[in-house]
Amino acid sequence: MVENTVGSGAPHDYNYTVVRQFTIMTIVWGIVGMGVGVLLAAQLCWPELNDLYQPYTHFGRLRPLHTNAVIFAFGGCALFASSFYVVQRTCQARLFGGPLIAFTFWGWQLVIVAAAITLPMGYTSAKEYAELEWPIDILITFVWVAYGIVFFGTIMKRKTAHIYVANWFFGAFIVTVAILHVVNSMAIPVGWFKSYSIYSGATDAMIQWWYGHNAVGFFLTAGFLGIMYYFVPKQAGRPVYSYQLSIVHFWSLIAIYVWAGSHHLHYSALPDWAQTLGMVMSLILLAPSWGGMINGVMTLSGAWHKLRTDPTLRFLVVSLSFYGMSTFEGPMMSIKTVNALSHNTDWTIGHVHSGALGWVAMISIGAVYHLLPILFNRQRMWSVPLINTHFWLSTAGIVLYIASMWVNGILQGLMWRAFNQDGTLTYSFVESLIASYPGYYVRFAGGAMFLIGMLLMAYNTYRTIYSEKYSEECSEETAMDNNTDEAADASAASTAVA
Amino acid sequence: MDINTLRSLATVFMAIAFFGVCWWAYSPKRKKGFDEAANLPFADEPQVQDSVISSGSNNQSNHKNSHSNSPQAK
Repeated sequence: MVENTVGSGAPHDYNYTVVRQFTIMTIVWGIVGMGVGVLLAAQLCWPELNDLYQPYTHFGRLRPLHTNAVIFAFGGCALFASSFYVVQRTCQARLFGGPLIAFTFWGWQLVIVAAAITLPMGYTSAKEYAELEWPIDILITFVWVAYGIVFFGTIMKRKTAHIYVANWFFGAFIVTVAILHVVNSMAIPVGWFKSYSIYSGATDAMIQWWYGHNAVGFFLTAGFLGIMYYFVPKQAGRPVYSYQLSIVHFWSLIAIYVWAGSHHLHYSALPDWAQTLGMVMSLILLAPSWGGMINGVMTLSGAWHKLRTDPTLRFLVVSLSFYGMSTFEGPMMSIKTVNALSHNTDWTIGHVHSGALGWVAMISIGAVYHLLPILFNRQRMWSVPLINTHFWLSTAGIVLYIASMWVNGILQGLMWRAFNQDGTLTYSFVESLIASYPGYYVRFAGGAMFLIGMLLMAYNTYRTIYSEKYSEECSEETAMDNNTDEAADASAASTAVA
Repeated sequence: MDINTLRSLATVFMAIAFFGVCWWAYSPKRKKGFDEAANLPFADEPQVQDSVISSGSNNQSNHKNSHSNSPQAK
C-alpha cells in the first residue's frame, strides 16, 4: 500500500502515518487556538463577550487556553510532524519505537484535550505557560520521554554518516524541554486538581521564568530552527548557505539562551545581579539569533526569483524576517531602562506575537504547505493562489497586530509613568485603558485576518486530500497493479514539486 | 580560591569554548564532510529526469542538486 512507503520512489520505507496525523492536527489546533485568541481580542474591545457562558468564557480562564493551544497544540503538533519527517528523511531510516510512535500522537492529543477541559474549568497551577495541573504534567512527561526515544532511536539507526543540523536543533529542543518541564512542574499535590509548587518566593519566580523564557528559546526557537534548516533549503532547492555557520549558530544559541530568563523579572525581588545577568545575556543573544536568520535568508541567494512564484517559500522566508525583527526587539526590551517603559504594557503582547505569528506560525504554515502534497501523494496543493491569499492575509494581519500593540504599549508606558508637579499620577489606569481602545480594535482586525488565512488553509487542505482523490487513486492503483516501476515514477514526480 | 575568580574564569572558558567551536567548524579539513552533510536534505531522492517532472515551481532545483544524490555510507 502507498500508505507507509511514499519514500518518493526511493528505496526508503518511511513512516508517514504519524507525520500525516500531526500535520492535520497542526491545522486543526491552529484554528482552535487562534480562534480563542481572536475571541480574547474581541473581549478586550467588547467586554460583554466575557459573559457568553460564565465563568468558563471569562478572559482569565480562556487566556491560558489560548496560549496552551497555540504553543503546545498548534506549535507542538507542527514540531512533532516536522521532526518525525525530517529525522527520517535526513537519516534515511524509518522511525524507531514501534507502538511508542502512536503513543506520542494519541498521548499528546489527550494532553491537549485535557488542557482544553481543565483550563476553562479553572484548574490551574498559575504558572504561566505551565498552567496544567499535576496529573496532566505527568502525562506530558511520559509522552515526552516516548518522543525522545522515537527521535533519538531513529538517529541511532541512521544510514547516513552525518546527523543533519536540523536534527541537532530538534534534539536540543526535546532534551531541554524535558528538563524544563520536569524542574518547573515540581509540585506537592493536595488533591487531584490542586498542587503547590515546591519552590517559593523569588526562587519560584526565577525557576518559572527560567522555564518560561526557555520555552520560548527551545520550544519556540530551537525546534522551529530545526524546521527552518530543513524546509528552507528544501523549498529553495539549494543547501543551506553555510553549514559551518549553522554549527556555530547551534552551540552559541543553546549556550546563551538558558541564561536570559531573568529579564522577565526586572525591578522585582530578584537580586540585582541576576537581573543584570539576564539583560546582558539577552543582548549577547542577538548575535546567534541573527547568525541563524542570516544563514536561512542567504540560503536563497541566487534563488530569489523563486519568491515570485512560490508562496510557500514566501511563508518560510518572511518568517525569518519576523524572526530577525523579534530577536532584535527582544534584547532591546530586556534592557532595564527600556523594560521600565515596556513592562506589563501591550508592547510585550505585540513582541510575543511578532515572534509567535510572524516566526513560529509562518514557518509552520510554510512547512505544512510543503508537507501536505508529499504526505498525500499529490502534485501540489489544490490551489496555489489560495496559498498566496493566505500569505498576504497573514502578513497584513501580523503587521496590523504588531503596529497597534507598539502604539498601545508606548502609550500605556508613558501614561503610567506621567507625574504631576506635586507627585501625583497624571492619569488613572482607566484613562490609559480608554486610550488603548483604538489599538484593541486594530489588533482584533489583524488577528481575525490571520485566522481567516488559517481557515483558507484548512479548506485548501481538504480539497487537496479529497477532491482529486478518486481519479488519482484509481489511476495510481491501476498503475501499481500493472507496473510498480511506473507507480514509483509517478510518486517521484509528485515529490519533485516538493 | 575566591568565588569571583571562578566567575571571571567562567567567562574566559566560555570565550575559549566559542573560539574552539569556530575553529572546529571552519577548519578546512572538515569542509568536505560538511558539504556532504549540507546536502543531506536532498540525498534520499532518486535521480529525477526532466521528462518525469511535469509541474512545480522549483522543479529545476531538484535536477540541479541531483549530483549530490548518492547517500553516504555510515
